[in-house]
Amino acid sequence: MSVLLQVEDLTVNFALRTGDLTALNGVSFALNEGERLGLVGESGAGKSVAGFAIINLISKPGYIAGGRVLFQGEEISALPQEAIRRIRGNRISMVFQDPMMTLNPVLTIGTQMVETLQAHRDIGPSEAAAIAADKLRKVHIPSPEKRLRQYPHEFSGGMRQRIIIAVALLNDPQLIIADEPTTALDVTIQAEIMDLFLELCEQSRMGLMLITHDLAVVSETTEKIAVMYAGKIVEEGRTGDVVRSPRHPYTQGLIAALPQGEHRGTRLNQIPGTMPTLTRIPPGCSFHPRCPHVMAVCARREPASLPVDYPGGGQGVVACHLFDPQRHDE
Amino acid sequence: MMDHWQRFKASDLFYDFKRDKVAIVSFAVFVLLFVCAFSAPLIAPYNPYDPANIDIMSSEIPPVWMAGGMDDYILGTDAQGRDLLSTMIYGMRISIVIGLCAVLLQAVIGIVIGLIAGYYGGKLDGFFMRLADVQLSFSYLMVAIFVSAVLQAAVGVGRFAEIAVPFLIIVIGLAQWPQYARTVRASVLAEKKKEYVEAARVTGFNSHRIMWRHILPNCMSPILVLSTIQVANAVMSEAALSFLGLGMPVTRPSLGSLINAGFEYIFSGSWWITAFPGLLLVILVLAVNLLGDFLRDVLNPKLYKG
Amino acid sequence: MMNDMNDAPSAQTPPILSVRALSKVFDISGGLLDQLALKDGRLRRVKTTVKALNRVTFDIAPGETFSVVGESGCGKSTLGRTVIGLYPPNGGEVYYGGQRIDVLSPRQMLPFRRRMQMVFQDPYASLNPRKRVAAILEEPLRFHHPELTAREVGDRVKEVMEQVGGDVQWLTRLPHEFSGGQRQRISIARALVVDPEFIVADEPISALDVSIQAQILNLMMDAREQRGLTYMFIAHDLSVVAHISTRVAVMYLGSLCEVAPAETLFAAPRHPYTQALLSAIPRLGKKKSGHVRLKGEVPTPIHLPTGCVFHGRCRYADERCVREIPELLEKDGGTHVACHGVAEERI
Repeated sequence: MSVLLQVEDLTVNFALRTGDLTALNGVSFALNEGERLGLVGESGAGKSVAGFAIINLISKPGYIAGGRVLFQGEEISALPQEAIRRIRGNRISMVFQDPMMTLNPVLTIGTQMVETLQAHRDIGPSEAAAIAADKLRKVHIPSPEKRLRQYPHEFSGGMRQRIIIAVALLNDPQLIIADEPTTALDVTIQAEIMDLFLELCEQSRMGLMLITHDLAVVSETTEKIAVMYAGKIVEEGRTGDVVRSPRHPYTQGLIAALPQGEHRGTRLNQIPGTMPTLTRIPPGCSFHPRCPHVMAVCARREPASLPVDYPGGGQGVVACHLFDPQRHDE
Repeated sequence: MMDHWQRFKASDLFYDFKRDKVAIVSFAVFVLLFVCAFSAPLIAPYNPYDPANIDIMSSEIPPVWMAGGMDDYILGTDAQGRDLLSTMIYGMRISIVIGLCAVLLQAVIGIVIGLIAGYYGGKLDGFFMRLADVQLSFSYLMVAIFVSAVLQAAVGVGRFAEIAVPFLIIVIGLAQWPQYARTVRASVLAEKKKEYVEAARVTGFNSHRIMWRHILPNCMSPILVLSTIQVANAVMSEAALSFLGLGMPVTRPSLGSLINAGFEYIFSGSWWITAFPGLLLVILVLAVNLLGDFLRDVLNPKLYKG
Repeated sequence: MMNDMNDAPSAQTPPILSVRALSKVFDISGGLLDQLALKDGRLRRVKTTVKALNRVTFDIAPGETFSVVGESGCGKSTLGRTVIGLYPPNGGEVYYGGQRIDVLSPRQMLPFRRRMQMVFQDPYASLNPRKRVAAILEEPLRFHHPELTAREVGDRVKEVMEQVGGDVQWLTRLPHEFSGGQRQRISIARALVVDPEFIVADEPISALDVSIQAQILNLMMDAREQRGLTYMFIAHDLSVVAHISTRVAVMYLGSLCEVAPAETLFAAPRHPYTQALLSAIPRLGKKKSGHVRLKGEVPTPIHLPTGCVFHGRCRYADERCVREIPELLEKDGGTHVACHGVAEERI
């Protein structure tokens, strides 16, 4: 299985009046072809920044301060804007939370889809319309030819998100980055959209990077999970392993905080405090003020990403001093 | 008090102010003019209201740097022989007083109507907003001409001078209240939907208290921005009315009536009688407007989220 | 604790809140000009209305956590706001402690304002940005208890602040200095400060992050225990509802589909809509397995379907469902279901 996307030590800073803020702090992960990865974290963890940084869409005052992104072996983080634009929406597509942000309300769906197609390929309007209708059919929109002539406001929220996915599929991308694609939707529609993502990925061996705050959605859809906290990936592993036996104290706390139908009416396991804002990231491990297993070293030194084994033989990576075999030697 | 000052010094408003040179300069100019205007009896070399200073013999003396200028009259004298600088300072005081009072009147009417219209909505809202439309479709000049004609006929031209100041305040104040009413209504509509208002209603507070104590303080940013613009507008309106002879009499001139008085002499060479009051008016209005722009940019009422 | 949670409210305990056939209609037709329309060649005034609540009936027993769930636009927030008196109902009755409250004047309503409180969804909009936390908490207390001295007010505010896990130092600060979770604590403190019996909580945790959600839920459960509160909890997150509720009401398009003890509802949902809703909940660590797919889209509440509001999307619907509005009927174990199919025992 070949590597589709490799992110190495990606760092994004924001230049503010008070100095630089690090929003993404040395993030590394890899995604194989046709694989589905969930990037999970609470608001402000930097998960959306990671998504934007991969396709070099960081806008001012943010900038990529370090690291590199390899897509199918090609270093796309080093490409000029013009070249990365040809990859964006073509080989890598993005799906956002709010469909109305992506769709232009005064143009028909058809116009917008044909436009997107012709931006990347040299084809005629009728051929483009045929492809657009075909993609709408793929996302289970009935009578696509008729729907192409309609405006975004004529669709319901769930339908619009399907259309966004159809637009993302237009150029048969190898990777879709979906940033909170179902957060604005109701559960029944969310379930349908996630079904659709699964089906599409399996049909055409497309990679999926699902950025969300919802662990349950990720656990149902993806094969790998990366958990982010304060701009860093704190734990990464196979979805089943991470969800069943999380190793990082933050992941453990997060999963224990979810009501799961057992012990109804009892207190939930809560993580004390809140995630630090970017201006006030504590020294050492950024989770240490909230961590139940905090040690002296945690406040002093930033933990490195260490390999861990999960029960059952799975491999993963954890950034926590608890898993450092040398920590007692210090 | 110290506490408030400390908090103000730490605020974004002060931070932005410190970095905005235009704002600093316009604020300094405004404060300077304001202080000058209100300490007029102390700093002005002469009292233009004192009949003893009216002397036709020393009329139309040019500014001190021109041929024929006199050291006693730095900016020269007007057609009645009054020191122009002193007359301007006193005139500016009248302009500022009328401007501020007119805006106060506009604000009181506009805020009350805007709050009621926005909070209660429905027919009341419809009525007040149509009233505002009607008010705005009358030019304030038209209203002023009409009212002054009636007043002058009623009290006599001679005594009209005595009531000129309240007359101008009322005319300008009444003409512009819809600006406030519309602004306040729009903010109230936005604030009314917020959950803190619902929380106040759940607590059982009556509408009166919710409107004045909960909603109004959250509408202050747009009101503040509008007020600066309105002060500048009111000063201009006063000048325009006085220029047309509907405002302050020449015996107690405002900047507008000074410009008007000098206008007759502009082609006979005594340009300074019009030019200096005009320049002062421009500087005053510009300073206030630039301050208003700064406040608008910083407080950004449209994007204001609290 | 677990025991009385499982008990359906017995008929002996009088309910703290009773809602009978409550209806709420919003007029969205705008001004007179927008209302004019040509119909059959004549100019007519047409009003566009949203039927947000349709004859909703339920009881809440003291000490319960009664949850109302449903998807966006189903009317659950409107229900909470109508119950607490923020919206006047267009039909039906609301009783609190046996007394009808929907017809009371604001003055007559005052004693109930102290007993019924509300916690809101958006922690950024629910606190007045111009007031310090101390003022936000003291104002309701002074209003309802003018007899208290400044010192007594201060003491009670501090006590409530500590109960919600806040700090006395918070009192001198403005709302924008706090995070979402902290603001929600302050919101809860504001509701608790007048010592209410009943709290309507409108999606109190849906705007918060997962780790903060647990903190706020714990706080609410602790307050329930310490003060013997009754909650009406409005939510769309079903796993949260399953965790904290004693009874659950499922709403769809302004109508109640099913009201049942939480345990029963999540174990054996009866109404076809409840079944679809529950099957769609994402579950941690489970592989995606076939959920009940609903056909079509949610109809608009402007043009309600005839008969059962759910019939257009229901795979069990027959001709009776199109024709006749189903009543909420009691089934075994305290479950109430509004479905002809369940009543006829064909589902």
